[in-house]
Amino acid sequence: MRPTLRLVLLGALALAVVVVMPLVGGHVLPWSVLADPRGTDPAAVIFWQIRVPRVLAAFVGGAGLALGGAVFQAIFRNPLATPYTLGVASGASLGVAVASSLGLSLVVGGLSTNSVAAFAGALLAVGVIWVLTRLRPGISSTALLLAGVAMNFFFSSLILFVQYTASLGDSYRIIRWLMGGLGGVDLYTLANMTPVVVLGAVAVARYARELDLLATGPEIAASRGVAVARTRTRLFLATSVMVGGAVAACGPIGFVGMMAPHICRFLVGSHHRLLLPASALFGGAFLVLCDTVARLVLFPAELPVGVITAFLGAPFFLWLLVRRVVPGTHG
Amino acid sequence: MSDPAIITEGLCVVLDETEILKDVSMTVGRGEFLTVIGPNGAGKSTLLRCLDGILEPSAGRVIIDGRPLGDYERRELARTVSYVPQPDSGSLDFTVRSYVEMGRYPHLGAWAALTEADAEAVVESMELTEVAGLADRTMSSLSGGERQRASIAAALAQGGSVLLLDEPTSFLDYRHQVKILDLLDRLHRDEGLTVVAVTHDLNSTVAFSDEVLALKDGKVAATGKPADLLDADALAAIYDADFRLISGGHRGLPLVLPARNGS
Repeated sequence: MRPTLRLVLLGALALAVVVVMPLVGGHVLPWSVLADPRGTDPAAVIFWQIRVPRVLAAFVGGAGLALGGAVFQAIFRNPLATPYTLGVASGASLGVAVASSLGLSLVVGGLSTNSVAAFAGALLAVGVIWVLTRLRPGISSTALLLAGVAMNFFFSSLILFVQYTASLGDSYRIIRWLMGGLGGVDLYTLANMTPVVVLGAVAVARYARELDLLATGPEIAASRGVAVARTRTRLFLATSVMVGGAVAACGPIGFVGMMAPHICRFLVGSHHRLLLPASALFGGAFLVLCDTVARLVLFPAELPVGVITAFLGAPFFLWLLVRRVVPGTHG
Repeated sequence: MSDPAIITEGLCVVLDETEILKDVSMTVGRGEFLTVIGPNGAGKSTLLRCLDGILEPSAGRVIIDGRPLGDYERRELARTVSYVPQPDSGSLDFTVRSYVEMGRYPHLGAWAALTEADAEAVVESMELTEVAGLADRTMSSLSGGERQRASIAAALAQGGSVLLLDEPTSFLDYRHQVKILDLLDRLHRDEGLTVVAVTHDLNSTVAFSDEVLALKDGKVAATGKPADLLDADALAAIYDADFRLISGGHRGLPLVLPARNGS
């Protein structure tokens, strides 16, 4: 099957997931609510004002995290590089942890405190990586990856510190947030994150060709005409904006960012023109499915979605690795 | 007579407080095939990187087609100079065709698709390097020689007039070495490309070239025609090793054998 066709099919599947999942829940809603967006009966209200924003937010968040993973894997030429492993997500988490324990109010231009704090943290993490690439222009991607991992640990220790010194209530709120979840997501959150993630996604898509070349190696990319340092800086910035937006809304959900690009490389190949949209669609649909499971398992209570993504994703990914379908993993 | 293709003036490179290149000045005429020889660590690859602007010299400058490198935009330079690095061990799951298409990057707008002219350049490069039949194979499935030819195809697709190659025949068996050399010969003879190749292959690659530049400890140790440098004394001075020369090489040149000390 042609890769383009596979992308179209993936798109159709993702659309189906987004349409069907809001119907699924503790109470399965009838199809008829679809035709009644302004309805006032309980089913229509649950569907349009609670479940649809939540499903859309899960989709946008999952798409943002997956795109971030695809970009980082190309820039670092390493299958383990994701915003999560490189400390961007933990930077964002640190921002939120600090803001909640200090009771900061950082509402900027309609963005919530958590969003602003997550952004600041994500930018901080990306800033450190970026400074490293500038201080040592020839730095290997392995060294950068190690630096990112070290930073991840550093931020994690700061988060632990903040949590340890915080009041019991704040500490619980931080833990709860770190598990990731879409429970509190409403139209307002959705309206906050969507423009940010879309903006980052468009910026990243603009660099699809450059990403192909960067993935073949920085020297080749430079000799083919890519302004490597400038391109990397812009991609870092776009990714941190995107991941900051996603993490601010959904919490630091791991694994989507690593898994989605790998599976999509198997589906549509390594060209970022196809890989980027495929990763976004897959990551988005996957998070929607996980969130649906999270809503259902303990109904009427719900699980944090972060518990589900890796619980379902990791065994699936291991199975793919054993079946040798993930490109670039052959010994 | 137009400007030489490449001029370097007093090129110095310092990396991590080590001087890699010291005051390297040279000229490569248009359409010339220059080989760069010298011991490991002499600065040969560093020189190539400077010629393509991948590495910024600490002092001195590179002039391509009469204009200093600093005057070129990155993409503009890529339309004139292309570079084939040593084979990368990284896995490449691009097909040969799409890898060669990526060579058209400096001609493409951000959102634009490949034009007719781009497609033609891609096919032409693949035919010149005889990889057209491998177009739908992935790069990682190719043999070393095939992959090297595909890498050259991608560099040619850039449509430049200067081709830089870092050890193009290393790691290749004899049949593929000959194929690459034939290709380089055709490229500079028939297509008029200026070719600069770093090599350790004194008997074939150097013999096929027009001019030779020898680097030692980052400095120019000797320059001349292959016949001048394929000489026991000249080579001994460059490599700090003894050589035995026997007749019967390409183009009436001697064959070079490394000799054991004192033999």
